[in-house]
Amino acid sequence: MAIFQARTWLCRSFSTLSSHPLHVCVVGSGPAGFYTAEKMLKAHQEAEVDIIDRLPTPFGLVRSGVAPDHPETKIVINQFSRVARHDRCSFFGNVTLGSSVSLLELRELYHVVVLAYGAESDRELGIPGEDLVGIHSAREFVWWYNGHPDCKNLDPDLKNTDTAVILGQGNVALDIARILLRPATELATTDIASHALAALEESSIRKVYLVGRRGPVQAACTAKELREVLGIKDLCIHLQEADLLKTPKDEEEIKNNRIQRRVYELLSKAATTGPSHPRSGQRELHFVFFRKPDRFLESDEKRGHVSGVHFEKTVLKDVGDGKRIAVGTGKFEDLECGMVLKSIGYKSVPVDGLPFDHQKGVVPNIRGRVLHDTSGDPTLLEEGLYVCGWLKRGPTGIIATNLYCAEETVVSISEDLNLLASKASLPKPGREGLLHLLDNRNVKFVQFSAWEKIDSTETMLGSLKNKPRDKLTTWEELLKVARE
Amino acid sequence: MFQEIQAIPSTRTRIQISTPPLSVSVTTRDNLTELGAAFFFSSVIMLVSKVSRAGILMLRGLSRGKLTPITRAGYIQRPYSQYLQLLFERQTETKVFQGSIFLKHHNFSTTTTANASEEGSEKEETISVTFVDKDGEEQHIKVPIGMSMLEAAHENDIELEGACEGSLACSTCHVIVMDMEYYNKLEDPADEENDMLDLAFGLTETSRLGCQVIAKPELDGIRLAIPAATRNFAVDGSCNY
Repeated sequence: MAIFQARTWLCRSFSTLSSHPLHVCVVGSGPAGFYTAEKMLKAHQEAEVDIIDRLPTPFGLVRSGVAPDHPETKIVINQFSRVARHDRCSFFGNVTLGSSVSLLELRELYHVVVLAYGAESDRELGIPGEDLVGIHSAREFVWWYNGHPDCKNLDPDLKNTDTAVILGQGNVALDIARILLRPATELATTDIASHALAALEESSIRKVYLVGRRGPVQAACTAKELREVLGIKDLCIHLQEADLLKTPKDEEEIKNNRIQRRVYELLSKAATTGPSHPRSGQRELHFVFFRKPDRFLESDEKRGHVSGVHFEKTVLKDVGDGKRIAVGTGKFEDLECGMVLKSIGYKSVPVDGLPFDHQKGVVPNIRGRVLHDTSGDPTLLEEGLYVCGWLKRGPTGIIATNLYCAEETVVSISEDLNLLASKASLPKPGREGLLHLLDNRNVKFVQFSAWEKIDSTETMLGSLKNKPRDKLTTWEELLKVARE
Repeated sequence: MFQEIQAIPSTRTRIQISTPPLSVSVTTRDNLTELGAAFFFSSVIMLVSKVSRAGILMLRGLSRGKLTPITRAGYIQRPYSQYLQLLFERQTETKVFQGSIFLKHHNFSTTTTANASEEGSEKEETISVTFVDKDGEEQHIKVPIGMSMLEAAHENDIELEGACEGSLACSTCHVIVMDMEYYNKLEDPADEENDMLDLAFGLTETSRLGCQVIAKPELDGIRLAIPAATRNFAVDGSCNY
């Protein structure tokens, strides 16, 4: 609590001491970027904040990650738009860190640089067959159905098989299961990308397996998403009652964790309501527990294509500190399928000039202040450089998690600025400098007003198809509309 | 001359015009001389011509005050989000609104509607709510019956986040009811609210979502704390995506 009182005092001190604007650059326009920008604008009345993003469209995963049938989760875009329209804030889309402008250049142009560009890569399993056709990462699949221009041509084959296996049981895994199993007519009135809707309308997938290494007590999804998938009409849910048996350690875990308790209760209720004999053509969702993928099986008829997953059965083993991990038992089992989706986590991508912890997949930092290296030495700081969001904490949490993450980073920034104010801080070029640089490099950046043109075009196109919007899904289309 | 519009949303909008030295309610006709009637009508005309942007803003916002929070449809939320847009951009209007609440206390009301005193009619239509922010600072506000705590907070410039604008799709309007006695007066949360509370930071036994706590007479005097972020939010296990 004291730190928040200190922060208000510190911010007022800085603003009276400084005689020139504070130039701040936020890299990434998802929740982490926007919450950071909002809090910086509020805490520093002299701050000018520029938000850059490599895409022409802002909002990060709110636009490209949240499922099309979850429109209420996207309402936060209204708040972010108000921030972008603030007179001390500017959005620059189509500006890529590393190619349009380097990290070093940004640090020369701005007093404060906050990296909030998230995690655009995937954790790998590192098992044989991982590069067979028909195996996709969840991130790519989600980007595909959400119309991200980088995955427009993913072209997943939904017609060669009736079974898809999803590795992982978090909310992203559930989102994918839901999109694969919902009747396409229900998806037709959402903002799902048109190319994905067309593919799903012809999909032959009727069975989806959600496979986890551990048990139902450890399932990573949350109640709302689980409740939703269990409530889909005409969907037959399969769960082994044996998997629901709880050990004393499980009881302990449940007792202390509200989320896990409620998820477990939903799963047990689903098991007892049990599957009636499936009518032909009825869709099935199977929850499979205690299975770890050992390798992917290749099809004999279609070389190079996946035909199934070879699983090892697991048990939970205590590794101290109350933690338990899944270990193999030496017993194996195969699941046939024509498509595999790996929903096992995202990973951040490093850039030149940025210290990076390759083991954890994050930028080494203390409360948002970037450290010089991964030694953990808190005295070796990269001055003026900060992180927020998944790049700082790892790829976990919900949109709201970034609210608190941004709060912490902004407090760190404010404390550091106050220390700086005691020595004379130099003025920096800021937005003007960035504009010159981008102009020299012929970078066609997209301002917020240009995004608004894309927005109204998509909304107008959507109204013709009874959708809230029909997304523009190629770089060419997006940039063309932005420049009109 | 003080002129003030006080709009009180309940099941209908009632306009009470107070213009010293004469105070008149639209529903009463007692003891009006012809002179009084002329005075009344001319002050109404002046009032109408001088209505401030704040007045319109208030009336528009407050008359839409009664949102149905349980619905999943995003559509009801649009008027509210437009309201938020205005609120964000025109902070001066909110200050005028707060100013007119202050002015109200200087007027004597001689209405002969249901209650004898102004205080009495206030209690019927608004309740007192105290918000305690994460620094311990208190803000006392009046909330019309039927309005959610989230809306009330935003109307009074209280820093309560509302990412999904009241559609039960986030946990950012999380508030802690400071007295168990008041917590028990609230209806039990629905499954949908509990699902969102699962994810709230700093969850307690008496936590609720601000958009689901609707002002009713029994909640008069309720105190709501806005939780501080926990330091270990990255580690506390409630981080699922």
